[in-house]
Amino acid sequence: MLKIEDLQVKIGDKEVLKHIDLEINPGETHILFGPNGSGKTSLLMTIMGYPQYTITAGNIFFKGEDITHMPVPERAKLGIGMSYQRPPTIHGLKTRQMVHICARKEIDVEKLAAMVNFSDFLERDINAGFSGGEIKRSELLQLMAQDADLLLFDEPESGVDLENISLIGHSISSLLQRDYKAAPDKTHKQQRAERTRMGLIITHTGFILDYVTADKGQVLYEGVLSCRSNPQEIFRCIKESGYEECVKCAI
Amino acid sequence: MRDLNEKATQAKDKKAVLGPDIDLDAFTADPVAHSYVEDLTKLPEKDRKRILQSGVDASEEGRSGTYFQKDTAIVHADSHQKGLEVLPIKQALKECDWTKDYYWKLVSVDADKYTARAELNLHDGYVIRALPGSKIIYPVQACLYIDKENLSQYVHNLIIAEEDSELHVITGCATSPNLKKGLHVGISEFFVKKNAKLSFTMIHNWAEEMMVRPRSVGMVEEGGLFLNNYICMKPVKSLQMYPTTHLVGKGAVSRFYSLLVGSPGSELDVGGRIFLKSEDARAEITARAISNGGRIISRGDLIGEVPGVKAHLECRGLLLKGGLIHAIPELRGLVDGVEMSHEAAVGKIAQEEILYLMSRGLSEQEATATIVRGFLSVDIPGLPAQLKAEIDHAVEMSEKEMM
Repeated sequence: MLKIEDLQVKIGDKEVLKHIDLEINPGETHILFGPNGSGKTSLLMTIMGYPQYTITAGNIFFKGEDITHMPVPERAKLGIGMSYQRPPTIHGLKTRQMVHICARKEIDVEKLAAMVNFSDFLERDINAGFSGGEIKRSELLQLMAQDADLLLFDEPESGVDLENISLIGHSISSLLQRDYKAAPDKTHKQQRAERTRMGLIITHTGFILDYVTADKGQVLYEGVLSCRSNPQEIFRCIKESGYEECVKCAI
Repeated sequence: MRDLNEKATQAKDKKAVLGPDIDLDAFTADPVAHSYVEDLTKLPEKDRKRILQSGVDASEEGRSGTYFQKDTAIVHADSHQKGLEVLPIKQALKECDWTKDYYWKLVSVDADKYTARAELNLHDGYVIRALPGSKIIYPVQACLYIDKENLSQYVHNLIIAEEDSELHVITGCATSPNLKKGLHVGISEFFVKKNAKLSFTMIHNWAEEMMVRPRSVGMVEEGGLFLNNYICMKPVKSLQMYPTTHLVGKGAVSRFYSLLVGSPGSELDVGGRIFLKSEDARAEITARAISNGGRIISRGDLIGEVPGVKAHLECRGLLLKGGLIHAIPELRGLVDGVEMSHEAAVGKIAQEEILYLMSRGLSEQEATATIVRGFLSVDIPGLPAQLKAEIDHAVEMSEKEMM
């Protein structure tokens, strides 16, 4: 379980997150809506432990451990994984090597890569000249190798062409154990009961909802989290009246 | 030959254009005797280990020939493959008439006092030659070793890839582990003839007080390929070199790669210069420099003399723990229709890259090491896997010391 209590975060002198409370139970996936600059990415980066995000109050617990001040790699080892929107290029580091780094154990890289149609990129430097869709597939491949329990997705559909969106959507769904077709011999109810992976997905456009089911949706607006509700409903409200109105109605 | 001597005598005190001036009389150039060793595995273990770091394997496994010079004396020289000649240059000058057609034909004897003294004090050096049509698949290894304290070692090397031949050479220059001070002057002349392929990989392992002044020039004829790789990752007091290649035949190609690490107290001034003088010539210079507190000047110079040539220069510098990196990329297009470009970047490791790797579970130190390893790993098309492995090995060895 991820539990965030009254979290307040600054970048330099600027307050970016205000009194955030959030709870993601095992098996749950949450969708985080919000306009640009609302603090969505800041929340993910804070959960991942990026040092430039200073926690001024509150706590983050994961799997019962207080991870508020835990270093980044320790969080990764504890089972938190992140899919970046714009990850940096590291020259000379092959995608294959990166997948091994994520796995921390022997894995079949070829097999994983084939699942996200990324076999041809294994010998390329990580993120070097990757298109939007290629970046997402590479990030997914890394998360699959990492085998994390809490998956943070920063705008997984941004910059992705139509051809790739379905592959990426379905891959996320299966990573989050939400692809019922994966185990056809089990009932949906059984699969839901056995689901353990947690997800927190940032979306700007909501397109990802066509592929990934989610338990809860929330809106982050000017650093404040509000509107806990059904993600589809929130998305409809935002489409019809915009973020500002949507947040108002909740208050 | 008398003419060379005369020119050398006149230039024996002529300062070099680049690099700190060295007082050559502070070193001794007197010959040091070492006996010839038939079986290199009989060498003392410390020497074997030391040369192995520079890619020279005493077992000679997977090598087509070996040249090993200790101080001023030949310890071993042989070829295991038909079509390959490996000879000490003094012997070649005496016994093979053709040597004169190459000796001092590309490097000017009176370029500076280092070239001049290499003629006046010539200790020895190697001649490595692949005969026409010979494909020498395994690399030839050559080692220039300094054991005697305060020696100035003067060597002259000729590397000749005859028409349609293929030749790979790995040269390790090293000093014995206890040596502190010395000077190495190495003249190298490369001849890549029509449709020949030559790769030359030089790995330097010097001592902290060593002064090093290589002087090399190459020439590539029609359809020829010359790969010139240079690795210097161990401390050295002062190293200055500016290897130059002339592409004189249609479609001649040359690529230079260098990996440099500047440790505290080291001063490296390393460049690469390629003249594109013929139709369809191609040139590429790639340099990676890391400063750990040392001073590195990384030069590159491409000169396009005829239309239709293509050339690219890439120089990246990484400041790891202070020091200085000065990148000087130069392009000179002398006619219309040349296509030349360069990119240079000097900086520290981006925090964003470190954190990206840390979020995949690496510690900060592991993440930094991974980025440095990536920075130093350049793909060199056409280089045999075995030599690529030697370069990777050299990188790995120094990486441990760097971090």
